[in-house]
This record gives sequence, structure tokens and C-alpha cells, in this order.
Amino acid sequence: MISRLFDIVSRRIDGPLMVAVVLALALGLTVVYSASGGASVDRVLGQARNIAIAAAALWVVANIPPQALMRLAVPIYAAGLALLVAVALFGEVRNGARRWLNLGFTTLQPSEIMKISVPLMLAWYFHRHQEGIKLRDYAVAAVLLALPVGLVVRQPDLGTALLIFASGFFVIFLAGLSWKLIAGFVVAGLASLPFLWGMLHDYQRRRVLTLLDPTEDPLGAGYHIIQSTIAIGSGGVLGKGWLNGTQAQLDFVPERSTDFILAVFGEEFGLAGNLLLIALYVLIIARGLMIAANASTTFARLTAGAVTLTFFTYAFVNMGMVSGILPVVGVPLPLVSYGGTALLSMLAGFGILMSISTHKQLVSS
Amino acid sequence: MSIGLALRDQRAELSTFRARLLVAGLLALAAFGVLVARFVWLQVVQRAHYHTLAEANRISVVPVVPNRGLILDRNGEVLAANYSAYTLEVTPSKVGDVERAIDELAQVIEVSPRDRRRFRKLQEESRNFESLPIRTRLTEEEVARFAVSRYRFPGFEIKARLFRSYPHGDIASHAVGYIGRINEADVRRIEAAGLATNYKGTDHIGKLGIEGAYEKELHGTTGSEQVEIDAGGRAIRSLSRAEPQSGNNLVVTLDVKLQRVAEEAFQDFRGALVALDPATGDVLALVSRPGYDPNLFVDGIDPANWDALNNSPDKPLNNRALRGQYPPGSTIKPFMALAALTYGKRTPEQTISDPGHWMLPGVSRPFRDWKPGGHGVVNLHKSIVVSCDTYYYGLANDLGVDAIHRFMTQFGFGSRTGIDIDGELPGLQPSTDWKWQRFKQKWYAGDTISVGIGQGYWLATPMQLAVATATLANGGTPVHPRLVRAVQDARTQQVRELPVRLGDKLAIKPEHVELVRAAMVDVTRPGGTAVRAAQGAPYLVGGKTGTAQVIGMKAGEKYDEKRVKERHRDHALFIAYAPADAPRIALALLVENGGHGGSTAAPIAREVLDYYLLGKRPERKLPLVAEEAEGD
Repeated sequence: MISRLFDIVSRRIDGPLMVAVVLALALGLTVVYSASGGASVDRVLGQARNIAIAAAALWVVANIPPQALMRLAVPIYAAGLALLVAVALFGEVRNGARRWLNLGFTTLQPSEIMKISVPLMLAWYFHRHQEGIKLRDYAVAAVLLALPVGLVVRQPDLGTALLIFASGFFVIFLAGLSWKLIAGFVVAGLASLPFLWGMLHDYQRRRVLTLLDPTEDPLGAGYHIIQSTIAIGSGGVLGKGWLNGTQAQLDFVPERSTDFILAVFGEEFGLAGNLLLIALYVLIIARGLMIAANASTTFARLTAGAVTLTFFTYAFVNMGMVSGILPVVGVPLPLVSYGGTALLSMLAGFGILMSISTHKQLVSS
Repeated sequence: MSIGLALRDQRAELSTFRARLLVAGLLALAAFGVLVARFVWLQVVQRAHYHTLAEANRISVVPVVPNRGLILDRNGEVLAANYSAYTLEVTPSKVGDVERAIDELAQVIEVSPRDRRRFRKLQEESRNFESLPIRTRLTEEEVARFAVSRYRFPGFEIKARLFRSYPHGDIASHAVGYIGRINEADVRRIEAAGLATNYKGTDHIGKLGIEGAYEKELHGTTGSEQVEIDAGGRAIRSLSRAEPQSGNNLVVTLDVKLQRVAEEAFQDFRGALVALDPATGDVLALVSRPGYDPNLFVDGIDPANWDALNNSPDKPLNNRALRGQYPPGSTIKPFMALAALTYGKRTPEQTISDPGHWMLPGVSRPFRDWKPGGHGVVNLHKSIVVSCDTYYYGLANDLGVDAIHRFMTQFGFGSRTGIDIDGELPGLQPSTDWKWQRFKQKWYAGDTISVGIGQGYWLATPMQLAVATATLANGGTPVHPRLVRAVQDARTQQVRELPVRLGDKLAIKPEHVELVRAAMVDVTRPGGTAVRAAQGAPYLVGGKTGTAQVIGMKAGEKYDEKRVKERHRDHALFIAYAPADAPRIALALLVENGGHGGSTAAPIAREVLDYYLLGKRPERKLPLVAEEAEGD
């Protein structure tokens, strides 16, 4: 009876991936406790609830066979796009950004859905055209990608747009877009930088400028970066110890339980902690890439690869920004930062990976 | 074939995919490599640098202000004390619209119009980042009410502060002085003296009087505390603390009870009084009336009170005892007599016949005696007792102004007495040199004649008169007046007596001094000009009255003081010492527009002498009459 229950629960769970994810989540909870001042467990309990919900989503998604996921790709994408349009038209404005849809009983951030639905949609598209992918197909994929990215950039939400773009781009890249075209795009991208610069909002420009010289505006836009690098740097090799980070505990690190939680972690656990975290990420990414490499359909391969590389993007962009080598964009540290929405889409993504990994035999047989 | 092609296609696609995956994986690994390098850079290579920055972030060194020393009178009565109270302070630079914030604050705790005016004045005088009090002396309830809605008032803070209080109010205000908020001039002074570190956190400084002059003793040594602060600048905990060292207490020479008697004796008159211990120069009382309440200045005086004090025609802020320069009038006659004896210009027996005026050879205008018709036959003794002007006109002419100058400067006239508080003025002892330097004019013989009765160019402060009187009273040893007699160390509680400073004994003969003093005693006896000073007293008083003219009188014109306005009435002067045989107190006083010394000034002196020597006030309160009475 118990073993049957265990079987139901664990049948679609990928062991190695799950272990690494659980370790990272556990690490996250300890840091969230510290980042909330170490005085109350409210935030930890809140995050535990977020994890429970996201884990449930992971389990549900893992139990959906890839073929079923493929059938859902188009409807989810279409619904997500419709919601993004609705946001643009009727969305709620908070802090100067129009990102939320008020449904009366709750608010929804449709851009989060796109982080999952864009790779699914593009993978579905390339799967349908796998017999001979032509340049036209890449163009179609580019349009399918550009629509949601454009809508999210306009909200504006640079961090999410970046992740959606990354998730779609990885599909296109893995589908075999020629290197020449990639090189062409890179050159075109660089050439259009001045133009893009003109399109950025003031605060976004300031973030980029601040990265180049944070001391320019130490109390304004540069404050975040200066304080987080001080936190990390002062942590040294072994860190100041859990709950003992002065930068973190005395409020010098802004947004310390969400986007800047790495500053808390790096200060209290030092280089050793950072290396451990990176190791866990590498493990997760390696396992994801392995699942992608062994997947049996084009859809499964592209989806698994894109989900895994999107996860990498999360980790790299966040760690890069908190340590002061990338501009500040609103990207959480995956599996560690406090917050439910990003965690939900992330674990749903791991659910897809596990679905692909555990349904492989059925498909091939 | 199509299947085979499809399979081959699939295989090709798979290998492309895996190649791409490998590239992506390697790129990801390289990216993590960059992050690892970054972390090594920050956490290993640059660790010391960032550690320093983090410590600088969290540790703030806060000055701990020492308690200011107390000021005690000679009997231990407190003249300046400290008390702790809550203030509500604002740092304007941290508040956007200060006026609006204060409006909102007024809904939580009371902010009176006076508080607002005072705050506005402080704001004008200070820099924007200074913390300025908007309300002082908050009650516990007000503190609690503010604490509840504190979040609404960023930049506002409740502070427990030590306040200065002067429990005796305007009594002795001119001697004690007051402290006030440090202004820009003070800051420059502090910086020039290299004391900037010791004044960190201090926002008050002694401005005047003993508070000003003994600032160094009273202030103490500022301590410091290392506190851990959060990003909002709030102190979290103390890391280490160097205790401040309180300022030293001062024991002053004043007897506040005597001081009060002296001040109250003036009733509503303006004027000044200085009483000294003739043996030491200790200031027993230092009066300048009207006084002011120094408590008004402690936390910034509000404009209404300031204007009232500053614009009053009574000039309550002017320390008349040290800064009032008046013609000393007949009070200098005993010193003139002493000069005559010392320089051999008169003998005690020598007499003149006084017709009521004196003629300077070659000048047609007569110099009039105060008494029409004159005093008849007058010798040195009588000249003092009846204050005969004619006697001194001739004497001054015989002495010459430079001999007068030489003799009088020995008694302290014409220069600062060196009392241990600031602001004293030097008076003026005229001489031919002085007139030449000042006006580029030669000295006329006629100038000397008015100097002979303490008029003309001669100006003296009440303090100078008191010093001269004390010198006469002790037999000729010049005294240096002092207000502070001892310093009590804040740490050891040990009392360090400050040395008494006395000048070299003057080259005057004791028998001459005796002659003059005998005459001064008769001044206060029946037949003298100041009978009221000693009537019925169980001790003998030596004294001399005087009158300082406020407006000049034309030759031949009868001066009818009933007709001139009160402000143009003469100033009344009196100098005295007692007991006459072994003086324990010497004083000089002036009543502005008091008329003649005998009628208004002498009764005030009597109250002071009685209280000091007998410990009580005279049984019969003497009315002060600011009118012409017989005598000068």
C-alpha cells in the first residue's frame, strides 16, 4: 500500500534532478530565513507554501506525457498571448509598469506563463516541420517569439522579456539555425544597439550606466550594486556565518530576500557557499541537458534543452547582476529567492523535463 | 526510401541537436567560470577592501557629550544647573517641506506659535543638516504620543538632552552669563582653538559672563561610542564606549543671597553695584539693573523676547558694572585728597575760603561749587565730608592733569581691572598725551579743573570705582577682582583654589590714608553728605557720594533737576567700605538718573552692608528718593 503510494508519487520523478533541486530549495529556505532578519519564520513558511504549490505543479506536469504537452502547446500559447494583449489594454499599473491582470479574486501576471509556453510553442512548431526546416520556419518562429517578447518589453518588464526571449531563442538555436545567421544577427544586434538605447526607459538606461560605473550615483541607482558587492566581497572565503552578515542583517542590502538574496548568501557563506550553489546549478543543468540529449522526439528534445538553458539564464543573469558584472534586471536567483511566481514556472519547467525523461521508454517502445 | 531518408534526416538532426547542446553546455560552463572568477576576485583578492567598506557601513562613532560643570556660589548654592529633558528635534535637510511637517506635527503634540518663531530663527542661524529643536521639555505623555506616529515624521527625533537652567533667573545674570547654541562665529573660534573634536556633538557653548569665560573648565571632555547602525542610521547596539569626562564645577565668589539683596535694593532703578572683599578682590556682588532671565537664551531665544530685551531703552543686556562708563563725580575726591597729600600739594591743616566758586586765572567764567554761597573755611577733612568742589578746583590746578593721571592709574582708573569675565571696558583717565593722540589738541588748564571733581573727560566703570575703593580700604594694595575662586574637579571632586592676585602695595603713607579714611567716615555721620548710609548702624562706614552729570550745564544757569526729564536727571554714585576700622567689604554703586548719591545710592549701599556684615536687612526700609537733597 505504502510502496504503491510511493510509486505513484515518484514514478514520474527524475531522481538526480530532483535531488539537486531539493538541495537548492533547502539552501534557499535557510537563506530566506536569514534574509528576513532571522527573527521570524513567517517568510520561511510563506516560501515553504510557495514550494509546496510549485512542487505540486511539478508533479502534475511530470505526469502529463510529452505528446499531451505537445497538444497543449498551441492553446496555452494562444491563451497566454491573448492575456498579454489584455494586459496591454486593461492591465493594472503598479510602480509604473503594466504587468498585472486583475481578475477580481486574484491578480495574474501572464508574462510568467510565456516562459513555459514559448519554448513549448516553438518546439511544437519545429516538431511539425522536422522533415526539413527551412529559413521560412525560422522566420515564423522568430515572429512567434517576437510577439510575446515585444508585449512584455512594452509593459515594461525587461527581466521577464529577456527570459522569454532566451527560452525561445534556445529552441531556435537548438533546432539548428545556421551559425552564419546567428553571426548575422549578432552583428545586426550590435549595430542596432544605439537604436535600442533610444527605446529604453530612463531607469533602464540608468541601470546600464550604473553597471559601467556604480560610484557615479552611490546613493541612487548605484546603491544596490555597491552594497551587494560589498556584501559578497566582505564574506570572504568561508563567509561571516549564517545570520551574521552585517550588510544583510543591518539592511544595507536592498531587496535582500528576493532579487538580491545572493548578496546575503555570499556574505554569510562566502566563496564556499557560492561554489556549492554553482555546483548545484551545474548539476541541474547537466542533468537537464542529458535528458534533452536522450529525448526521443524533436519536440521533447527542443523543449527539454530550452527549459534547461532558460534555467541557466536565470542563474547567470541573477548572479552576474548581484556581483556587479551585468546590469540590474528583475531576475530572481532560481530556487533560492523568495517568491512564488517564478518558482512555479521554474518547477513546472522541471516537470516537463521529468515528463520527458520518464516517458521516454513508452514512446520508444 | 522515404523512411530511410527520414531516418537519416532524423539522425542528422539528432547529431546537430547534440552538437548544439554541447556548445550551449560548454558556453554555460564558461559563463559559470566567469562567475567563479568574479567571486574569487571579490571574496579572495579584494576581500580586505570590501571588509573595510562593510565595517565602515555598520560602525558609526557617536560623540558622547559631557555634562557641563555646575556653577555654585560661595556657599554652595547652585547658580547654573543641568537637567535632563526630552526634546523633539528636526533635521531640515531630511524633511522636504518643514513647515508642512510641523503643521502635521501640531496635530500630534502641541507646537505653540512661540515654538515656531524660535524654530524659524534657529533655522536661519544654522545649517540645514543640523538637528534643531522644535519642541523642548516634552512630557512623558507627549513623548509617547509622538512615538506612536513616529513613522509619519521622518527627520524628526526625540532626544534626551541635558539642559542648562539658571534657578535664580535674572539674579546675578550679568555675572553668570548664559550658554546658547553654537553659531558660526563660535564654530570658527572652536576650530581656530583646535577644539573641533572635543565639541563634536556639543551644540551649546558659554556665550557671556562666567559661562563664557570659563567655557574651557565647564565643558569637559567629549567621549565617544562606537555603535552598530543599520542602513537607516538607527543605532542597533553599542560596540565600545569611551566615557566622557564631565566639566569641572566652578565655585564663584558671589554670595547669591547678598546678590539678591543688592539687586532688590535697586527697586525699579537702573544702575550697577560692585561689592568686593578688599583683602582678596573677590567679587561679593555684581549687579547691573535691569537684568534679564538667562534661561531665555538656553535653547534659542524667540524673536519677541529678543526684541524686547534688545530694543528696551533700559538696556537690560548691557552689563553696566563692567561696561557702563560714567563720570565718577565726587566719589574721586578722597583719591584726589590722597594725591594732594602724597605729592605734597596740600597739608591737612591748610585751608581755603570757599565763596561758592573758583576762578581760573585768565578765564572769566567761574567754576561753581554745587552749594551756592560755598562752604566757608574748608580744610582737607571738611572738603571730603561736605564734598567741597571749590577745594578740588584749586587742587586740580595745582596738581596738573598728568600728576592726577599718574596717581589715579595706580588705583586702576583708565584701564581694565582684569576681572575674569569678558566684555569689560577701560574707562578713561585723561592726560595731555591722551588728548593729543585722541584729538590732536593741546590740553587746556580749564580741562584739568573739571577733572578735579571727576567730571570732564574722566570716565570710570562701577567696577573700577569698586577696585579703587577696595584699594583704599585695605591700605593701598591694588586688588584684581575675580568671580571664580575655586574649581572643583569633576572626577576627583577635589577643590582647587585659584590664587588671589594682588598688586604691589602703593607708595602712599599710611597716615595719609588714615586722614582720608577718617574724613570718609564722617561723610556718613551727621553733617556729612551720606548720613543715610550709616544711620543707626552698629558699625562705622567710610563712604563718599557723587553725582555724574548727564547733560551739561551752561555757566551761570541754575540747574533745576525737577524740570528736566527723568532720563536727563543726574546719575547718583556712592562708594563705601565697612567696618571702617577693619574693612571686610568695599563697594561702588551707581543709580542711573538717581539724582544725588546721598539720597538714592547710599540707602542701597546700606542694605548691602547690613546684609553682609550683620546677616540681615536694615530694620527701617529707606525710601529711595531721586530728588535734590542737601548735599552732593
